[in-house]
Amino acid sequence: MADSTKRKTSLGDWVFFNLTRLFALLTLLILLGILSSLVYGALPSIEKFGMSFLWTRGWNPPMEEFGGLVHIYGTLVTSLIALIIAVPVSFGIALFLTELSPAWLRRPLGVAIELLAGIPSIVYGMWGLLVFAPLFGQYIQPFLAATLGHVPFVGRLFQGAPMGIGLLSAGVILSIMIIPFIASVMRDVFEVTPAILKESAYAVGATTWEVVWNVVLPFTRVGVIGGIMLGLGRALGETMAVTFVIGNSDQLDTSSLYAAGNSIASALANEFTEAVSPVHTSALIELGLVLFLITFVVLVFSKLLLMQLAKQAGKRT
Amino acid sequence: MDLRRRRKLINFVALLLSMLAVAFGLFWLFWILIDVFQLGVSAIQWSLFTQMTPPPGSEGGLLNAIAGSLIQVGLATLIGTPFGVLAGVYLAEYGGHTWLGKTTLFINDILLSAPSIVIGLFVYAVYVSQVKHFSALAGVFALALLVIPVVIRTTENMLVLVPDSLREAVFALGTPKWKVITKVTLRASMAGIVTGILLAVARISGETAPLLFTSLSNQFWTLDLDKPMATLPVTIFKFAMSPFADWQRMAWAGVFLITLGVLGLNILARVFFRQKR
Repeated sequence: MADSTKRKTSLGDWVFFNLTRLFALLTLLILLGILSSLVYGALPSIEKFGMSFLWTRGWNPPMEEFGGLVHIYGTLVTSLIALIIAVPVSFGIALFLTELSPAWLRRPLGVAIELLAGIPSIVYGMWGLLVFAPLFGQYIQPFLAATLGHVPFVGRLFQGAPMGIGLLSAGVILSIMIIPFIASVMRDVFEVTPAILKESAYAVGATTWEVVWNVVLPFTRVGVIGGIMLGLGRALGETMAVTFVIGNSDQLDTSSLYAAGNSIASALANEFTEAVSPVHTSALIELGLVLFLITFVVLVFSKLLLMQLAKQAGKRT
Repeated sequence: MDLRRRRKLINFVALLLSMLAVAFGLFWLFWILIDVFQLGVSAIQWSLFTQMTPPPGSEGGLLNAIAGSLIQVGLATLIGTPFGVLAGVYLAEYGGHTWLGKTTLFINDILLSAPSIVIGLFVYAVYVSQVKHFSALAGVFALALLVIPVVIRTTENMLVLVPDSLREAVFALGTPKWKVITKVTLRASMAGIVTGILLAVARISGETAPLLFTSLSNQFWTLDLDKPMATLPVTIFKFAMSPFADWQRMAWAGVFLITLGVLGLNILARVFFRQKR
């Protein structure tokens, strides 16, 4: 691709080049615009509550006292639960798709997993609230309380009234939503492993599992972590599915995962249009800013890791 | 147990778990789809497509929400597509190696996965709070901002795949570069770009979060882009959270319509891409 700026160019070329460059530049400006508009909107709240907004727990609109701890906690905990479930499952799916699946099954299975990613989050949310949560509260939560609930340390996470909705349910729904993202990145990075490495391992008698665990995984480690980070970025910002099932309660009195909570995204979805005082609106925008900064860092990290793997494999992602 | 048997056993257990993981994924997919289809089909009735969204406790339909969704998604695609294609052309054909190109490509991938509710906040801050009222136009802007990164990504990806020999052949005829791009390389990668646009439409059709504080919702029929306008996802959100049984039934019908549309677009995109290739 020749650099056309250096050639003697016609007017058409000049116009077209600058037009495309303008839109590329605008894309960058979108990001800067998001960042600066959020900072600007959050200023009143930042000035009033300072840094302690991040670890203060009060959320009291009538008294105009705001602290984001409950929401930040809810966002992080639900995303963590989602990762704990989604990472091993996605690894299993990627392993099956790259090493075990017969060729004819690969494509339909891949499409099926991608359809899981295509289902809109509002569908997950409504289904989660009206179908999943009642069953979860009736069967799974009592079962977990009776088993994991007695394990020291971990036990207190699984105690309390099994309501169906709450932090744990939100985490489970989130995990289903991010499995396709993590699984498809893992599948793609597993496929960049040079066949000669795998074949060498098979030739000395390694089993399929040993090849994946000792050859493929070490080779693609950075890419796998990048995929997990991508899933985490998705989970942190997911709004509708969480809003339906998290319970929307601004409390943090118990460490139980059965308790209702709130996440940054669901607080925004529920309260933003109802906020009357400017401070309330500003505090919500500050929450949005915190969410954006967290996901931004996670996604940048993910992208850098995936780029490193691509460089290492000598291919462009 | 000797080493050989132990290794075989570990292998067997690991592969079994891997198959279970696939079953786990498919289990949710089918469970959700079956529920959505069962509950949705039973809630579908003709009045959904002829009547407006009702006040609590009375009969009604989803007509204004369906129309609102079609209008806003359509306009957002019309705005987002040229924007994304032009930026994608710059990244693939001109500036892929400049700092602007590299940074944009990187930032675009971040925007691709950025939380959609933050996009809604952004449009609220720069548009809604300035004109001081919610409007369908604000919703269109928010959705367009979600279309752009998807279209940029696919356009760039597809253009890079076009072999340089094709470009050189056209350059050799003395064609200016802008004509090479618009008449040859963009056409050669048309199937891929259309696939990307279809996937972007599928994505925004189900988006709820960015519309909550932009186009809000409207109980009545309106075509005025400067007024709040109902959309299917926001209406579903409102109805599903309500305690009324008939509202929940209408929400299931809405969820069924959206799922059908989104999955249909996904499948269409794949079929289209495979045929043209």
